[in-house]
Amino acid sequence: MGRYVVRRLLQMIPVFIGSTLLIFLMVNVMGDPIAGLCGERACDPATAAQLKREFGLDKPVWQQYATYMGNVFTGDFGTAFNGQKVTELMSSAFPVTIRLTVVAILFEIVVGIALGVVTGLRRGRPVDTGVLLGTLVVISVPTFVTGLLLQLLLGVEWGWVRPSVSPAAAFDELIVPGLVLASVSLAYVTRLTRTSIAENKRSDYVRTAIAKGLPRHRVVVRHLLRNSLIPVVTFIGTDIGALMGGAIVTERIFNIHGVGYQLYQGILRQNTQTVVGFVTVLVLVFLVANLLVDLLYAVLDPRIRYA
Amino acid sequence: MRGVTRVRWAGCAIAAGVLAAGCGGGGGYGGAGVLTSSWGDPQNPLEPTNTNEVQGGKVLDMIFRGLKKYDPRTGKAENMLAERIDTPDSRNFTITVKNGWRFSNGEPVTARSFVDAWNYGASLKNNQKNAYFFGYIEGYDQVHPDSGLQRADTLSGLRVTGPRTFTVRLGQKFSSFPDTLGYVAYAPLPRAFFTDHAAWLSKPVGNGPYEIDSYTKGSAMTLKKWDGYPGPDPARNVGVTLLVYTDSNTAYTDVLAGNLDLVDDVPATQLKNVETDLNGRYINTPAGILQTLAFPYYDPGWNTSGAQKVRTGLSMAINRKQITETIFRRTRTPATDWTSPVLGTAGGFQAGLCGHACDYDPVQAKKLIQEGGGIPGGRLKITYNADTGSHKQWVDAVCNSINNALGNDTACVGNPVGTFADFRNQIGQHKMTGPFRAGWQMDYPLIQNFLQPLYYTNASSNDGKWSNQEFDRLVDRANAETDRSRAVALFQQAEKVVRDHMAAIPLWYQNGSAGYASRLSHVALNPFSVPVYNEIKVG
Repeated sequence: MGRYVVRRLLQMIPVFIGSTLLIFLMVNVMGDPIAGLCGERACDPATAAQLKREFGLDKPVWQQYATYMGNVFTGDFGTAFNGQKVTELMSSAFPVTIRLTVVAILFEIVVGIALGVVTGLRRGRPVDTGVLLGTLVVISVPTFVTGLLLQLLLGVEWGWVRPSVSPAAAFDELIVPGLVLASVSLAYVTRLTRTSIAENKRSDYVRTAIAKGLPRHRVVVRHLLRNSLIPVVTFIGTDIGALMGGAIVTERIFNIHGVGYQLYQGILRQNTQTVVGFVTVLVLVFLVANLLVDLLYAVLDPRIRYA
Repeated sequence: MRGVTRVRWAGCAIAAGVLAAGCGGGGGYGGAGVLTSSWGDPQNPLEPTNTNEVQGGKVLDMIFRGLKKYDPRTGKAENMLAERIDTPDSRNFTITVKNGWRFSNGEPVTARSFVDAWNYGASLKNNQKNAYFFGYIEGYDQVHPDSGLQRADTLSGLRVTGPRTFTVRLGQKFSSFPDTLGYVAYAPLPRAFFTDHAAWLSKPVGNGPYEIDSYTKGSAMTLKKWDGYPGPDPARNVGVTLLVYTDSNTAYTDVLAGNLDLVDDVPATQLKNVETDLNGRYINTPAGILQTLAFPYYDPGWNTSGAQKVRTGLSMAINRKQITETIFRRTRTPATDWTSPVLGTAGGFQAGLCGHACDYDPVQAKKLIQEGGGIPGGRLKITYNADTGSHKQWVDAVCNSINNALGNDTACVGNPVGTFADFRNQIGQHKMTGPFRAGWQMDYPLIQNFLQPLYYTNASSNDGKWSNQEFDRLVDRANAETDRSRAVALFQQAEKVVRDHMAAIPLWYQNGSAGYASRLSHVALNPFSVPVYNEIKVG
């Protein structure tokens, strides 16, 4: 197990370098970021030249990348164009997005798995058909439509919640945005769980458990669910990274100042330091989440062991 | 039962993560006498000489007062901190600062507060994006050379002559110089700005009717009324909270839901409903913004005598009235000159100066374009940035209008550029091959500001590199003219040169739009389309 973890950690290094290099190159081919800094008028040449020097933009790209990576390892992610340290932006943005992601994941786990178990056990019944239809609708409607609709109905028409999230972004304010962010994945979790449960319901060990006279909830939770969760855990694990990076739409609709907002601003203003810095951290989140998923397999199914 | 303990452990880890992420408190902005208003994240650090966009300017407008102030209704420059500005020759100015003004930290505003601030703004080593405002002052080329290191730290044209007096010597005659001094780049700065710059930036201190109470970069700023404000225009509310919105749609929704008091940018998609939604609490007033199509004169195809006819023809092919009514829902007005109605006729605005060239006349348009040798390159590509401002809609409409006039479905196409930065980049590198979107938001309400920076040879915003000796000569004469009305007349003559060559096609004057909650009153937008915060009453 230990060697497996070490090997996985070592694998992260080339992935990390490759992805940051790619992002770095992509942001750089978009042209000169200083040009957009002075508004509708051109920056005067002297100031532009000096700003370029200050941000290191006058050097060749490979050199910029090398300097950047060197700095990253000392914890310096550079400075955004508005004079703030990128680490400062991160420390304000990541907690917000993490909270949003936690809310979304909780929705996926609690609602998604519960619905999946219910429908899986009652396959073909009206409940099953109803939920299946519901998930189909959720999957086919784009997130921004769901988001704007909920915002309009709950926020403006009925006045149950605030349509936007305050800068503090407390958990209770994030319930609706979290639900919107989770909606599509939630539908997938439901369907995955349902199929898995329905399949395992007919297996020998479940029949044995029932024959032993175990109470029904024990059969379902201990025997059936535990074995059915492996594909679901895989999905949820990889979804953590996707949710954090993909929160751009949801964060914009509900005015949440998280990672999506900073990335959006960074891309609009072509701010290399912000974009690369945030993407770097997101890559790390992805990698760690995937590792955790693999390790969780062993917990769920002791037969799975890593050499 | 090993598995069970592990699962339980994992559950605890998730719970711990939740706690670590923290549970902040709820909103709680606004309150008695305090209004909340939508805001955008300023692009640059909040320094008077480094702020060139509306969002940062909004704050500086609340916390600073300069030598002059533009009347929020008429746009006329009136003395604020200036007691007197004297000049014998339109080149040497003696400025006396009023007595009794202070910064909100208690420090008095003196002549030195201005001179130090201006020297800071002009100095190349401070990277100030508005440095060129000091370009009129003698010695600027030493402090801010086009290339290489600066040869002086202070402007030779500035001299402190007493605690409250200083002199300014310009590089050339410029009679309207005093009227430019209301621009925020000329604001005075307290000593704290220079002694502890980082602290000042995290919480700017000025001399205006408000002081900053707290500032969380990227999300919110709370300003409260400064009770010690000595000026004639104190705040009529207790404070203002500016909340950053990433999307004006969300801000508008918040106003509808009663969570926000003021939104100063009604999104285009909501214009259809805004009047019924807000029940009359909607403002749509002219602002000093003109949108034009600029041309690349560095491209030989556009710099011919025939191309002039083509440009005039194109201007006639655009149905401005229809586009402003259907797409912009009357938040733009078809342009008939190259300035803005906010100047007023005394200030140089002249409705109809463009004449027939700005009227929709598809028949004449086609004829002129054919006479001029057709569109250079055979196809018109209008370049714009697609990331903000919903430019795609109107560019497509303009192209449609041109195509209809020419009877050719593919004569004109839009050419979107992904980001504003890249758009500016391509303009700066002279990569344009056809017309491109140009928007001009005035710095100060003077006709000079609508002409000189845009059309004077090698001027700072002359992106198309248009050059005309007669225009330059008329501008020089206008700047040297001491009599205000004669100067305006000369600028209008220069504007006629722009018209005769159709240097840029004027499209429409832009309005400022705002919507507000019922608990506010006396809400108005100034000519810069910024709300006049200090006059707003709450409750």
